[in-house]
Amino acid sequence: MVSTEAMVGRGAVQVDGEVLSNKRVGVYHHLTLVADGIAERTKPGNFVALSVGGATSAHLLRRAFSIYRVRPAGVYGGTVEVVFAAHGPGTQWLADRQPHDAVNVVGPLGRPFALPKEPVACALVGGGYGSAPLFALAEKLRERSCGAHMVLGAATESRLFGALEAKRAAQSVTVTTEDGSVGIKGLVTDPLPGLIARHSIDVVYSCGPMGMLSAVTRVATAHGAWSQTAVEESMACGIGVCMTCVLPVIGDDGVTKMVRSCVEGPVFAGDKVRWDDIGTIPAGTFGAPGMGGH
Amino acid sequence: MVVALRPADVDLVTELADASLANPVMTASGCAASGQELQQFFDVAELGAVVTKSIMRDARSGRATPRMAETPSGMLNSIGLQGPGINAFLARDLPWLLQHDARPIVSIAGSSLGEYAELARRVGNTPGVAAIEVNISCPNVEDRGLVFACDPVQAGRVLSVVRRDTARGVPVFAKLSPDVTSIVDIARSVVEAGADGLVLINTLLGLDIDLATMRPRLGGVTGGLSGPAIRPVALRAVWQVANALPGIPLIGVGGIRTGVDALEFLVAGASAVQVGTAIFNDPHAPVRVLAELRTELAAHGFARARDAVGFANRSAARGVLV
Ligand SMILES: Cc1cc2nc3c(=O)[nH]c(=O)nc-3n(C[C@H](O)[C@H](O)[C@H](O)COP(=O)(O)OP(=O)(O)OC[C@H]3O[C@@H](n4cnc5c(N)ncnc54)[C@H](O)[C@@H]3O)c2cc1C
Ligand SMILES: Cc1cc2nc3c(=O)[nH]c(=O)nc-3n(C[C@H](O)[C@H](O)[C@H](O)COP(=O)(O)O)c2cc1C
Ligand code: FES
Repeated sequence: MVSTEAMVGRGAVQVDGEVLSNKRVGVYHHLTLVADGIAERTKPGNFVALSVGGATSAHLLRRAFSIYRVRPAGVYGGTVEVVFAAHGPGTQWLADRQPHDAVNVVGPLGRPFALPKEPVACALVGGGYGSAPLFALAEKLRERSCGAHMVLGAATESRLFGALEAKRAAQSVTVTTEDGSVGIKGLVTDPLPGLIARHSIDVVYSCGPMGMLSAVTRVATAHGAWSQTAVEESMACGIGVCMTCVLPVIGDDGVTKMVRSCVEGPVFAGDKVRWDDIGTIPAGTFGAPGMGGH
Repeated sequence: MVVALRPADVDLVTELADASLANPVMTASGCAASGQELQQFFDVAELGAVVTKSIMRDARSGRATPRMAETPSGMLNSIGLQGPGINAFLARDLPWLLQHDARPIVSIAGSSLGEYAELARRVGNTPGVAAIEVNISCPNVEDRGLVFACDPVQAGRVLSVVRRDTARGVPVFAKLSPDVTSIVDIARSVVEAGADGLVLINTLLGLDIDLATMRPRLGGVTGGLSGPAIRPVALRAVWQVANALPGIPLIGVGGIRTGVDALEFLVAGASAVQVGTAIFNDPHAPVRVLAELRTELAAHGFARARDAVGFANRSAARGVLV
C-alpha cells in the first residue's frame, strides 16, 4: 500500500513567473519562465500547473505541462521550461505570451519517474511533446551509469520534439514517424522489441498519448521489462483536492482503485494501469457500486 | 464619514450557532479534500474552518471520467462523491486536521435516512468536530432516487435524524441545492426539523457537449456548475433566506474568488463564506480571500465582521436602499 504521506503533495510552491522566452519549435511552443523555487524541487517526471488568462480570467482551471528543463537561480533567477501544443484557449493564450509577461506557476507537482537502483539499460519512449520530460530523465540515468536509449515518435516530422538533443542525451536514438517523413515509418512500438533485445533493456520509460503508453507497456511487459508511464488525464486542480483526474490502477494489494493521477501519478508502473478500462469504473474497483461494504 | 480603520484592528470572529470561529472564511466541501494537500501552500489552521469532502458510510469509487469540463467563469464536475468511507476518514483524515489545529466541519452524505443517522452518530460524537454540514444533494434510494434537497419533507427528515443523533453543542448545518423552485421553502423545512444553520449553495446542474464527439463531455452526462459563473445565484439565495429566516446563521458559498466577493455575501446575510472552485485557480485562495476580506471590512468601516453580516438586508428593510 502506498502510504498517505507519500500521496500528499509536500514540495510544491506557487510563484508569479515571468516569461523569459517563448519560441516556436516545429508545431510546438517552448516556453521558459523565470519562477524561483521550482528548479530546486523538481525531479524528472514532475509537472507544473500554469494559470491562463490573468487574475480575472474566465478560464479558471490551470493547464498542466510536463517539466522539460529547470535551471536553479543564476543571472535570471530560477527557470522552468515547458513544451506545448496550442489548441484550446488556454494553450493559445500561453502561446501568445511575450517576454516579461506574467504567468502564475504551481509546481513541481506529481510523482517523478522511479529510478533504477542498479546500473541497468533503459529505453525512453516519447510521443510528440511527450519527449519533453525524458531529457532530464536521461541525464539522471546517466549519472547512475544506466544506459539511456531514446525512441521518439510522432505523426510527422514537425510533431517530433528534441530529436537533435536526444543525440546528446542518449546512447542511441531511434525516430519513427507515421508518415515516414523522417526515421522509420511506423509507430514507436515497431522498433521497441528489437531495441529491448539488442540492449538487454530492463526498464522502459514512456510519455505521450494514452494509446501509446498502453501499447508501450504491452511490449515492455511481453519482453520482461518494467515500464514507467507518465499519463495525461484531464485535471481541474493538479494538487490532489478535486478528484477529477482519476484512473483505474491496481494497488499492491491487488485491488483496483480510482487513483488521482496528479498526486499518485502522473507516473505509474505501466503494468498496474488498467489501460483498456480508462473512462469506466471497472467491476470490482474499490468502492464500486455493488461492492458491498462494512 | 467612515472612520479610518486599520485592517489589523478588524475583529473577524464569527458566531455560527454554538460554534465560534476565529474568522468567517472556510474551504468548500469537495474543493479541499481533507486539508492535507493545501498545507504545502498555507497553514489550514489560519482558516475559520476546513470543510471536508462529503464523506459517506462506505467507500465509493465515484463516477467514470471525464469528470470535469471548464465552462465560462466556472466548471462542471461529476465526481460522484468518491471517497474512502467513514472508517478511513475517522482513522486518518480527521486526526490529521486536529493535529494541525484546524477547525474541522465534517460534511456527510447518505443515500438513505439510516445512513445519515449512522454518520451523525459516528461523526457527531467525535471530539474536535466543530460542526456537521449535511450534504443533501444526494439521491434517496428509498424514494425512487429523488434528491433529498429537492423535497422539503425528505430534506427535513434528514436534518431531524442528523440533529437527533449528533451531540448537543455540535451545530448541524444543512447545505441546500439551488435547483429548486423555492429555496426559502426548503430552508424553512430543514430549520423546523432542527438544522442550526444553512449553507447556501451547492452546485447547479449543467451540461456540456463536445462537438468533436457529438456527446456530452462528462462521463456522468450532467454535472454540477460552480465558480464565479454562479456567484449571483448564490448571493440571491443568501439574500432571500436571510430575509425570510432572520437570525438563522447562514454560510455563503458559490463563486467566491476575492475579499470583495466575500464581503458581498456577509452584507447579504451570511455569517461565514466558503471558497471552492477558486482554489483550483489559486491554491492560496482561502487565505488570500481572508486577507482581502479584512482589508475590505476596514475600508468599509466595519470594526467587526459580525457588524457586516446582514447589513444590506437591514438597510433595505429600513428603506435606505430601496
Ligand atoms: C501531467 C500532464 C502533463 C502534460 N504535459 C503536457 C506537455 O508537456 N505539453 C502539452 O502540450 N500538453 C501537456 N499536457 C496537456 C495539457 O495540459 C492540455 O493540452 C491543456 O491543458 C489544454 O488546455 P487548452 O486550454 O488548450 O484546452 P481546453 O480544451 O480549453 O482545456 C479545457 C480544460 O480541460 C483540460 N484539458 C484539456 N485537454 C487536456 C489534456 N490533454 N490533458 C489534461 N487536461 C486537459 C485543461 O486543463 C482545462 O482545464 C499535459 C497534461 C497533463 C495532465
Ligand atoms: C470538484 C467539486 C467537488 C465538490 N464536492 C462536493 C461535495 O463533496 N459535497 C458538497 O456538499 N459540495 C461539493 N461541491 C460543491 C462546493 O462545495 C460548492 O458548494 C460549489 O462548488 C459552489 O462553490 P464554488 O463556486 O466556490 O466552488 C463540489 C464542488 C466541486 C467543484
Ligand atoms: S486534478 Fe484535482 S485531484 Fe487531481
